[in-house]
Amino acid sequence: MAHAAEAHHDHHDHKPGFVARWFFSTNHKDIGTLYILFSLFAAIIGIGISFLMRLELQQPGMQIFADGQVWNAYVSAHGLIMVFFVIMPALIGGFGNWFVPIMIGAPDMAFPRLNNISFWLMVPAFLLLAGSLFVGEGPGAGWTIYPPLSDNAFHPSPAMDMALFSLHLAGASSILGAANFITTIFNMRAPGMTLHKMPLFVWSILVTAFLLLLAVPVLGGAITMLITDRNFGTAFFDPAGGGDPVLFQHLFWFFGHPEVYIMILPAFGVISHVISTFSKKPVFGYLGMAYAMVAIGVVGFVVWAHHMYTSGIDVDTRAYFMAATMIIAVPTGVKIFSWIATMWGGSLKMDTPMLFAVGFIFLFTVGGVTGVVLANAGITQILHNTYYVVAHFHYVLSLGAVFGIYAGIYYWIGKMSGRQYPEKLGKIHFWLTFVGVNLTFFPMHFLGNQGMPRRYPDYPDAMWGWNLISSLGSYISIVSFLFFFYVMWVTLRRGEQAAPNYWGEGATTLEWQVSSPPPFHTFDELPRIR
Amino acid sequence: MLGAGRVRSVIGRISDFSRAAALAALPLVLAATGAFAQPAGEPTVGAPVPWGMGLQASGGPIKDAISEFNTLVFWIIVGITIFVGVLLAWVLWRYNAARNPVASQTSHNTPLEIVWTVVPVLILIVIAVPSFRLIYYQDRARDAEFTVTVTGHQWYWNYRLPDHGNFAFDSRPVYDEDLRPGQLRNLEVDEPLVIPVGATIRVLTQGVDVIHSFFVPSLGVQKYTIPGRTLETWMRADRPGTYYGQCNQICGVNHWFMPIQIRAVPRQEFEAWVASARTRFAHTIPGNEAPALAEGAADTIRIAAARE
Repeated sequence: MAHAAEAHHDHHDHKPGFVARWFFSTNHKDIGTLYILFSLFAAIIGIGISFLMRLELQQPGMQIFADGQVWNAYVSAHGLIMVFFVIMPALIGGFGNWFVPIMIGAPDMAFPRLNNISFWLMVPAFLLLAGSLFVGEGPGAGWTIYPPLSDNAFHPSPAMDMALFSLHLAGASSILGAANFITTIFNMRAPGMTLHKMPLFVWSILVTAFLLLLAVPVLGGAITMLITDRNFGTAFFDPAGGGDPVLFQHLFWFFGHPEVYIMILPAFGVISHVISTFSKKPVFGYLGMAYAMVAIGVVGFVVWAHHMYTSGIDVDTRAYFMAATMIIAVPTGVKIFSWIATMWGGSLKMDTPMLFAVGFIFLFTVGGVTGVVLANAGITQILHNTYYVVAHFHYVLSLGAVFGIYAGIYYWIGKMSGRQYPEKLGKIHFWLTFVGVNLTFFPMHFLGNQGMPRRYPDYPDAMWGWNLISSLGSYISIVSFLFFFYVMWVTLRRGEQAAPNYWGEGATTLEWQVSSPPPFHTFDELPRIR
Repeated sequence: MLGAGRVRSVIGRISDFSRAAALAALPLVLAATGAFAQPAGEPTVGAPVPWGMGLQASGGPIKDAISEFNTLVFWIIVGITIFVGVLLAWVLWRYNAARNPVASQTSHNTPLEIVWTVVPVLILIVIAVPSFRLIYYQDRARDAEFTVTVTGHQWYWNYRLPDHGNFAFDSRPVYDEDLRPGQLRNLEVDEPLVIPVGATIRVLTQGVDVIHSFFVPSLGVQKYTIPGRTLETWMRADRPGTYYGQCNQICGVNHWFMPIQIRAVPRQEFEAWVASARTRFAHTIPGNEAPALAEGAADTIRIAAARE
């Protein structure tokens, strides 16, 4: 056996055949690629649904959806798909798998086979969720699946069970992946790579993995209770049997709030690298940046009930959650200012990844300050569940996390594929996206102020104007999304061969020391970090 | 896919809308600042306005307090956003590679880092103090004149007035084809809740089927109606008018079509309404519910029709 292993090492870059490589893969880079492709595929569905939603909302009246239930099912599917099957797989499964081992100088993830099953659990999870749209009345209880609406009295068909089981599978995938990342980062750093020398992207994935490990099991418990309420006659959330619907809200948001940081923290990591590279400067306040993420992660666990200000929680409890929530603005502010300080005094090159990164900083600030507004239970009394909330979380996620994904793709596509993207097309893609998403989501603040509730397929006629603008903006966004596929196609077909470090002196992390694409087994011997 | 009738109704809506939009040009400017002023004497209409950007018109003290606080927070966040935007723009201009070919390698500045941690904390304290005051003010009525019990149903509201003979009535949406001129589509109901101007009203919310949310932005009130729980809040309309709201928690097929309409009227008019409502809804007074069954059957038919 020892001999066979040595022989294998000699043929260092020998790749397995197609089926073994892509279906039974244990290589972190290949699994990362699978995650990214999966995420792009899911994005076609998720964004396609949002296109249908904006078509419906373009004018008052019911246009293309048969009734409110179909609408509810599609709205719910849009949310669940974008959260669990687009943003998380791209940032954590995709970039995390690709670059965490390389950046810490590890040969692969700690548990390569676990990594394989983490990915392949996502596929049936997605099929179950997508399939649930075509079963019975669909999973029309919102992505928050509050009972009693999600109970079998109001969603009797197996559609809701399919959606819940989909979340179970996606959750198991996340927990396994999180355990894998934590083990890898704690045990497989190359000699000299101390925690305080670790690149910020690795820090972001480490914090994210802890959030996943602690939050997702709570969701698992909540939806298991919901499944037994639905199918086995328990009454955890049914007041008729001594249960309580508000208990579900507490459990859901104990998961749900960390979940939003799970989506944004890896994007913070990507943005730090991009800003530093294109400013030709080390990240300003490295330790502050790392521990700001830790602080956001910790405080993120004790703010969940700010999603429940109108659920009848006591006023003193509201006061606590309000104070705790506002505190999150402080570490977030530290990050925003540190990014600007990183650029300050730098020598800025505005290539596409940097455009997306700077766009991220500004738009995340907009989404952040509306978060401060919503933290105030007094105002949220009339903004809760309105389009103001929809605008807020799309600014931090659809513009924040998604800009992070685009920045990462343009930053690393040459590294991952060996071919560099065409700069001009990348810039066109940025501007199309920037204009489209702002036109889509900014008017939603006004609609929310005017009291438009979320999850509505039809609205009072006075709300038409901003809805029309928003829909027009979403069509531009759709075009920009299609244009992105064109850019990727051009990149992979005709892109220039990428050098090992195509960004030059600003790019200092370990992935820039290896070829583009890196060899199948990245490191011949462990790199030493001084 | 669009029938001729639907096309006509869409065109009708377009012309209605453009007329309304023209009328709304002035309020638009006012609404943008969040201070939507109503002409004195005219009844207040608590409803969205075309191209409205700020909060809805205000009908009572809670909403006044929310608006005032919202204006404070609004200017603070506008200031922060402009500050970050200007910093970014300056950095992009000043430190462009063409203008600044050699990058500095500064990566620490402890005093600066302390400043950008402490200053946001101070700003948050400025926000937090009035914010705490606001939520304790909103929480419950100290000296309520009477109680209204609100129950959310799939997909209509039921109001009970325990202090006025304990009658109850359902409040159902008006369908498009039944709208009279001047009525607001998706906001009008057949039986609005009527309240006296200036009365502090305790609102108890209850659920029977799924969770709904009793939400009237212009009165600054919102509370879920949760099965198995009774929640308390309060409201007061200081200005006569009509205050609209909509269900604000996803509740099934007609979530979008269960509006709330509250009419705030002078006290005499309220007493007259109570007198007539007590006779019309006499069957809902506990101990006298016999005809309720027939009404229940009618509900089923209406809901079935709504799903068509």
